[in-house]
Amino acid sequence: MNREKVIFAFFIVSALTLNFGFFLGEIDKVIHHNVFELFAALVVSMICTVLKFGDRTHLGALMLATSLVADLQLIVAAILWGFAEQISGGMTDSMMSSVVSLSGGALLANIISVILLVVETIVVRR
Amino acid sequence: MNNVFYLLLRRLRVPFITMIVVYSISILGFVLIPGQDDNGNVWYMDFFHAVYFVSFMGTTIGFGEIPFAFTDAQRMWTLLMIYATVVAWLYGIGSMLALLQEPVFGRLLRRRAFTSEVAGIAEPFYLVCGYGVTGRFVVNKLANRDIRAVVIDMKQERIDDLEMDSLPIRVPGLCADAALPDVLDDAGLQHPHCIGVLALTDDDNSNLAVSIASKLLVPKRMVISRTEAEVTTANLLSFGTDQVVDPFQAYAGYLSMAIHSPYKHLVYDWLVNPYHRPVSSVYQLKQGCWIICGFGRFGRALYKAFKADTVFVTVIDAKEQNVNQTEQQVWGIGTEAQTLEEAGIHDAVGIVAGTENDADNLSIIMTARQLKPKLVTVVRQNLDANRLVFRHSGADFVMEPGRIIANQIMAQIKTPLLPTFIDALKDFDDVWAHTLLNRMSSVVGEDELDSWSFTIGEVDTPAIHMALDEGAIIKMKVFLKDPRDRSHMLAAFPLMLRSGENIKIMPGELTELQMGDEILFCGLTKAFKQVEWTVNNYNVLQYILTGKDANSTLLSRWLNKDS
Repeated sequence: MNREKVIFAFFIVSALTLNFGFFLGEIDKVIHHNVFELFAALVVSMICTVLKFGDRTHLGALMLATSLVADLQLIVAAILWGFAEQISGGMTDSMMSSVVSLSGGALLANIISVILLVVETIVVRR
Repeated sequence: MNNVFYLLLRRLRVPFITMIVVYSISILGFVLIPGQDDNGNVWYMDFFHAVYFVSFMGTTIGFGEIPFAFTDAQRMWTLLMIYATVVAWLYGIGSMLALLQEPVFGRLLRRRAFTSEVAGIAEPFYLVCGYGVTGRFVVNKLANRDIRAVVIDMKQERIDDLEMDSLPIRVPGLCADAALPDVLDDAGLQHPHCIGVLALTDDDNSNLAVSIASKLLVPKRMVISRTEAEVTTANLLSFGTDQVVDPFQAYAGYLSMAIHSPYKHLVYDWLVNPYHRPVSSVYQLKQGCWIICGFGRFGRALYKAFKADTVFVTVIDAKEQNVNQTEQQVWGIGTEAQTLEEAGIHDAVGIVAGTENDADNLSIIMTARQLKPKLVTVVRQNLDANRLVFRHSGADFVMEPGRIIANQIMAQIKTPLLPTFIDALKDFDDVWAHTLLNRMSSVVGEDELDSWSFTIGEVDTPAIHMALDEGAIIKMKVFLKDPRDRSHMLAAFPLMLRSGENIKIMPGELTELQMGDEILFCGLTKAFKQVEWTVNNYNVLQYILTGKDANSTLLSRWLNKDS
């Protein structure tokens, strides 16, 4: 067992699970989507990105790219939430559905990331 | 992507994660800790304000407590988090600075800068491997002729030397092992403008590796290699290395020529050596016995060359493996009078101090000269640092291997016709060489005799190409007239004319030239600079041919027609 691999897989999988947890629920219902869960998903996703730095293989480059996509989507979703709450005067249904659909995009990127992780594990049999 | 970027990212992984974790804990704390608004109601900070507050708290610690004054619980959290974020920042910046100072990182950066500089060269250049005595001399000469070069050497101090040498043009240098293919590749081995590879390291195996790599990748490109063993010479020649220079053999040949045909030797010396010997220094040597001290690589090469010229040789050596290799041998180093007398110094005409020890060599010629003052002395200098002592040693010939190779290589680079001419010298006698030498001497005096060549055609001589196309007759003297005043002649004269297979030595000034002719000239460097005007500028050529300042603009042609 490789400790580094455990930490790496832990973060990648938890990025997916947190993201999925936030995405779950009716798209425009504010009470279905927890703001802390979005925060946690964003932080874990950023840590994932840094963990993927410096891998020179082709697979490593792909994983970094998916992680960057997830970061981008989640950051835009968070900014949108802050904009709705603070500047445009309260969260509306349409704003909420935008935030959730953005996190849905991030979810897709995270799924690809986990698939790549699984592929790598299967290819490197040890 | 490049190595530097990956190294940077990999090393900064932990600082980045620390920063993210500290920031997220801090933000989360502010969101969870209850505060109070202006009216005393319980108020929870939202993520927007928490991110805002933590962002400026970590970096500046300043803007105050927003949007409402903090409660004591919030202040305590802020206090903790100020230290946490500042430490995280210090850690991150510290790691980055440490990385920048690491030698590995510096080496990567230098390699990268070198590679991109070489890739950006847009002119023809030579790749020189090894910046020792030879490499330094060649690069210096190239730079003075405005030819670019790229240098690789194993030792950082040599690369430092290159930077300190203040050459007239920029020469990129890299400290790396030239025998490694990826280093060579970075240094421009596959660069379309690389016109020649010079393998001049003092390691035969490295030279071999460089030559093979170059010949494999670009078979037609010139490769010149230095070698010190006959096995390597044969190996290098087997795959088509253009020139292989062995310092010992080269010097042996040079010395033996000096003995049997002194004037021819001087002609050769003037053509390849920038600091030539005065004509009066010719030695009228009668055939006689020579003594060679030291029977190592140099001694052997010399022995062979002397034997080929039927010179009688006595060898002095003290090493066991060298004893009894030749007919006439004396055991000893040669630094004592007794050994020299035993070797028959009183009947000898010359002595060669060719051991691998500079102090021994000097001692040998001092002792020898005391015994017989009129002796011709040849001394081998092994270390470049001893140059001062050797210059004042009073020896007739000082053999510096590095310079000999450098001169030979420069002759090849200057013009490939020069070695052809030197080959052709063999068919002439010494009297003829004396006449040639007098002519050279009257043209250049005590200055350096330069040599250059032209191939009549569009590339080398566009103006003459145009004139020939128009049906003009171009004679050899065109190359010798001063473009500033055609009644003056330049300090130069033609040495050789090659048209197809025919070689004509010392062609006359009235020889008519055809397309494709190759001509070798010798003379002063400044004459060469003037000739370049004549061959490149059509108007200057017209002035030389007709004496009129030709005006080829449309307006002036029309005006001239009128008047």
